[in-house]
Amino acid sequence: MSTTLDAIADHGRGFSDAIDRSGPPLVDMRDISISFGGIHAVETASVNLWPGEVVALLGHNGAGKSTLIKILSGAYKRDSGEIFVRGEPARIDNPRDAKAAGIETIYQTLALADNVDAAANLFLGREIMTPFGTLDDAAMEAQARKVMGRLNPNFRRFKEPVKALSGGQRQSVAIARAILFDAKILIMDEPTAALGPQETRQVGDLVKELKREGIGIFLISHDIHDVFDLADRVIVMKNGQVVGEALTSDVTKDEVLGMIILGKCPPGAKPGPGAARG
Amino acid sequence: MSQALEPARPAAARGAGEGGLKGLVRATEIDTRMLGMVGALLVIWLVFHVASGGVFLTPRNLWNLTVQTASISVMATGMVLVIVTRNIDLSVGSILGFSGMVMAVMQTAVLPNLLGFGSPVLWIAALLAGLAVGVAIGGLQGYVIAYLGVPSFIVTLGGLLVWRGAAWWVTQGRTVAPLDDTFRLLGGGAEGALGSFWTWVLAGLACLAFAAGLLSQRRRRLRYGFPLRPVWAETLIGVVVFAAILGAAAVLNAYEWPAAITRRYAEANDIAVPEGGLRIGYGVAVPVLVAILVGIVMTFVAKRTRFGRYVFAIGGNPEAAELAGINTRLVLTKVFMLMGGLAALGAAISTARLNAATNALGTLDELYVIAAAVIGGTSLAGGAGTIVGAMIGALVMQSLQSGMVLLGIDSPMQSIVVGIVLVIAVWIDTVYRRRAA
Repeated sequence: MSTTLDAIADHGRGFSDAIDRSGPPLVDMRDISISFGGIHAVETASVNLWPGEVVALLGHNGAGKSTLIKILSGAYKRDSGEIFVRGEPARIDNPRDAKAAGIETIYQTLALADNVDAAANLFLGREIMTPFGTLDDAAMEAQARKVMGRLNPNFRRFKEPVKALSGGQRQSVAIARAILFDAKILIMDEPTAALGPQETRQVGDLVKELKREGIGIFLISHDIHDVFDLADRVIVMKNGQVVGEALTSDVTKDEVLGMIILGKCPPGAKPGPGAARG
Repeated sequence: MSQALEPARPAAARGAGEGGLKGLVRATEIDTRMLGMVGALLVIWLVFHVASGGVFLTPRNLWNLTVQTASISVMATGMVLVIVTRNIDLSVGSILGFSGMVMAVMQTAVLPNLLGFGSPVLWIAALLAGLAVGVAIGGLQGYVIAYLGVPSFIVTLGGLLVWRGAAWWVTQGRTVAPLDDTFRLLGGGAEGALGSFWTWVLAGLACLAFAAGLLSQRRRRLRYGFPLRPVWAETLIGVVVFAAILGAAAVLNAYEWPAAITRRYAEANDIAVPEGGLRIGYGVAVPVLVAILVGIVMTFVAKRTRFGRYVFAIGGNPEAAELAGINTRLVLTKVFMLMGGLAALGAAISTARLNAATNALGTLDELYVIAAAVIGGTSLAGGAGTIVGAMIGALVMQSLQSGMVLLGIDSPMQSIVVGIVLVIAVWIDTVYRRRAA
């Protein structure tokens, strides 16, 4: 992660032109479909993401955005469609595959093991071991203190099970876990749903910082106000299909709301298979 | 919440400025729940001691208590992990019966033909065969639970019937006895105990290990700037634990071989009998030593290994563990394999103690094992439990049982009391947890 940081500092690139479209997209999901018991949760949806880009995936509850993204993070297995990571076809059958491909996810539920402490959660599945093959709790706690110090400097409750933490503290543990391991692609599912205004601002700052590091970020939300200012591009889903996509510079919030509610694409947007006709 | 608002005070003494019991508990960082359990155990012991007219707290009875507890406590350590993952194993008693039967048949009928009668490796070969059977059964059940998705309650309920029936088929219900002499040491008895000298050695080593543990923990805390316990609290803990270890050793050594056995032993080994008769203390029995070792190993597995960490993470939030990339099915299968292996070890202790494998061996053990784990603080909701707690829980169960036998309470009444105590213990624990949360 530090090398990308240095490179960015060298070039002195600004916020808006941090998107790197020179190579293949970081993620390219093509014609993804999945159904549960005859209901098409996602139908031939295609989305992509470039390095340094923040893409907001919007839609009502049940629009299929979380399901689509869970396919990318390996929690669900797609029925059809292809996923390319950095131009290469990727086989993502389970969460381990996704992590191996540099895809980290912050779930809406946070997906923390409530009964163990912050360090154990940060390193869950990727523990640091001593030469004797035992858990190196001291090393993990030291690392945890470092990364948490960056995210949430007031955090001190390293010894307590995470169920004893506040909503914001739990959120920072979940975020720390995602950025600890050199993620290239970050998925944040409703990242600010449980947060107060100050913590929401912190998450916003973090998104900008990660973006500068060249990380691609999917922000998933049902509330456009949470994400519009952070995103470079919006993709709107409705009834499992992509309504359309647009650069945030080309559309207004009201136009995007129209896409979410009516499935109607404004002139500045590129319509998808789910766009309302007429 | 007040802790979170406090600024960090690295290296500051804990419990400073607090008086009384609360300050003591905070300074020593004692788990109050564990303390309560030990307190309850002592109360049970005292009540039985008084009610039985001074028979309960005697070296002989306490020694027997440790031996009787060994098999259940070995299995309870495995049940902790099973329950922590939000599962249950109802088949341990039947696995015990079946693997015990296998071990007995191996050493009396099968292996002597291969290795020769009285072969010195006979006992270990039989033991390994039994352990392999236990692990294989656990693995099979674990596979059906984890990969085929059948609830553990059902799979092991089936196992309860299947393995009990299988034990019957091994010998068509016949009892297998007597067993190999070396194998029998696993069950305790006069020969199957360490004797006074080695018991003192063991107690000394235990004290040293505990002191080293305290010191290294203190050094680690110092290095990372974590708060330290005050010196007086460390000393107090050290003194109490040393006293407990040495006291236990003294009690176990105070139980001496019966005069007749001592005389025969002296004659056989040409030992001159001193004035006042030869006195040989039992010391720690082999099955108790096995149980202690299992407890240490299982605590290590639960706290210091990746496997143990995953077991607890799965118990805390199975979905999160899966999303974190843990192969939860494999971990679950391994938990049941471990449980099967421990049930087989319990079988070795039980059969060796009885000097026979019978068809009914281990009947209802699953319930005692589960009760021991639950009384010992393992939460049936998953995610919480300690090995030490379960072993103390086993001791509580066995103390009740043994005390009622001493009082001459008949067996139906014993069952009634044990059942009621189990429910009350879990109720008290529920209340405690609600307050603590």
